[in-house]
Amino acid sequence: MLVEEIMSRPVLAVESEYSVLEALNVARFRRIRHLPVVESLGVANGAREHDFRTLPPAPEGARLVGIVSDRDLRDACPSVLSAGATDFAALARASVADIMHGDVVTVHPHDSVEEAARLLYQHHIGCLPVVSGQGLVGIVTETDVLRAIVTLLGVTSPGSHLEVEVPDRPGHLGEVTRLIGQHQVNIASVLIVPGRREHTRVLVLRVQTIDPRRLVRSLEEAGYHVLWPSGLKLA
Amino acid sequence: MRVGAKQDGGCSAAYIWTPSFLEYKLAPDHPFNPLRLRLTDELIRACGLLPQAAERRPRQATREELALVHDAAYVDAVERFSRGGETRFPEAGRFHRVSGGMHGAWGFEEPEPDDPLAYGLGTEDNPLFPGMHQAASWWVGATLTAAELVMEGKADHALNLGGGLHHAHRDRAAGFCIYNDVAVAVAWVRRHYGARVLYVDTDAHHGDGVQWLFYGDPQVLTLSYHESGRYLYPGTGRIEERGDGPGLGYSVNVPLEPFTDDASWLEVLDLTLPAVAEAFRPDIIISQNGCDGHALDPLTHLSASLDFYRQVPQRVHHLAHQFCGGRWVAVGGGGYDIWQVVPRAWTALWAEMSGRPLPDEVPSDWLNRWSPQAPVPLPPRFADEPLPGAAPERYAALRDYNRRTAQRVLSEVLPLIRTD
Repeated sequence: MLVEEIMSRPVLAVESEYSVLEALNVARFRRIRHLPVVESLGVANGAREHDFRTLPPAPEGARLVGIVSDRDLRDACPSVLSAGATDFAALARASVADIMHGDVVTVHPHDSVEEAARLLYQHHIGCLPVVSGQGLVGIVTETDVLRAIVTLLGVTSPGSHLEVEVPDRPGHLGEVTRLIGQHQVNIASVLIVPGRREHTRVLVLRVQTIDPRRLVRSLEEAGYHVLWPSGLKLA
Repeated sequence: MRVGAKQDGGCSAAYIWTPSFLEYKLAPDHPFNPLRLRLTDELIRACGLLPQAAERRPRQATREELALVHDAAYVDAVERFSRGGETRFPEAGRFHRVSGGMHGAWGFEEPEPDDPLAYGLGTEDNPLFPGMHQAASWWVGATLTAAELVMEGKADHALNLGGGLHHAHRDRAAGFCIYNDVAVAVAWVRRHYGARVLYVDTDAHHGDGVQWLFYGDPQVLTLSYHESGRYLYPGTGRIEERGDGPGLGYSVNVPLEPFTDDASWLEVLDLTLPAVAEAFRPDIIISQNGCDGHALDPLTHLSASLDFYRQVPQRVHHLAHQFCGGRWVAVGGGGYDIWQVVPRAWTALWAEMSGRPLPDEVPSDWLNRWSPQAPVPLPPRFADEPLPGAAPERYAALRDYNRRTAQRVLSEVLPLIRTD
């Protein structure tokens, strides 16, 4: 599964010379946590759309120059506890470019979802702008990645959970799936995870049958250790 | 004249039966064995629980009725395979060149219209068999007969043991189920009477087919208790499956831990079932009474005893009178220990519905008749001897987990239900 299949597009972004106050309003009214910052599109200040509820998304391919999170924006605000907490003049003067992160971790539309997940995890970040060439074409958040992984786990069609311990050697995934195929049972998903015992792996499958007993027996007769289901009797 | 009314003026109950139920025979040695219905029917009669006046013959469902929930193309396919006869397994996908496709030129061709696998048929779960359309139509028709008797006020309650095929989907068979008799009856009751339907499913497997067919409908509340999908087919039935759009809150799921016993299951049931009924105020209750959550069932990992299958109908019976003027349709469902569990569990169900006392002893006539064929000793009493289960020290944690599940249902789903 590729990033382009799960990303959101078009992307709502702010231009680098937007004020911090404008960016705050976009984030608040559109309920957005991560705002990519794109190169100025040359619209004169004041002619800009000021109803942030209807701000149009960035044109596809606008050049990405940075990113601000809602936390960066709040950090730029005066504390509600300090005197002058309602003085927003400084926020209106400062531009987004002054507070944005310029060194942005991005993905390409053809990167895999696994790669996106690894980057989010490794950099402790919540979103990845999707960049093709220099241009911003989409955005992927941790929620998008989690949803994709849930889909990849395969619990979207009826099936039974099956776990088989196999030697960590070539050919066993093929042999196990061949035995399952002999029972005319379809497989909805396959995961391979490290086994608890040395030199083993565990195949975690979702198989489309309500009665996996015969299948389990075939696997056991072939010498495999079926971890689940356990304790089902075959009459 | 009310069906099966008792002399003392108590509530009346109809028992729907035809020997044609036994034609739903998927394959020799198939776990969904119609013999279990015959064993149950004979046990009910041997216990003296079935006066002639309570019995009603069903009709077959019509194509129009099946089409209330099933695609016409699916019904057509079942009819075709029904005539075809022999089980054939088509080749497992033909790999060949196709134009287009994401990664170049290799792909699988679309299934042919005559490939049974495209309809969930021709598998070990749902093999093709001659007359399958007719047999399945009897099962659906019998649930419709039960619903009609109840909605027309000819009986307070009606039981169809040849029903409960809750896994069948709009366009495909699944989990031994060809046509979804329950869903057809729900849709039929909706169409002809506009009644609000509470569907209560205590089969060990999630009632997925019924749930998905009414997932957006706030007039049909599906409530399913089942072994968690993490461990058992069909894998769905999480608390988070709550319905969609206007139906949000009207799919209620209570997944249970493997080895859940009577005490924990009844605790969870008592926390949630009356509360859901109270919030929804149904006009009729349709209950699916699969008894495969019994400790002896070979297909699941729950640990209920026969007493659980006496207690559940008592609760449903009470709620039917409290909220629905008595209107209650009960159907069978799963249950794969056909000798030691199913006949006793469903005899207990009928005893409760008909308001007649269940004897302590299983009648010796019945035991003598069937013991020679039974591969296991037949229990001589309705109460179970001690049953296998998990290690006793695991139960505190298991009950705690199930209780937390029930509390999540009460806080996350119940507030979404409106009376209307």
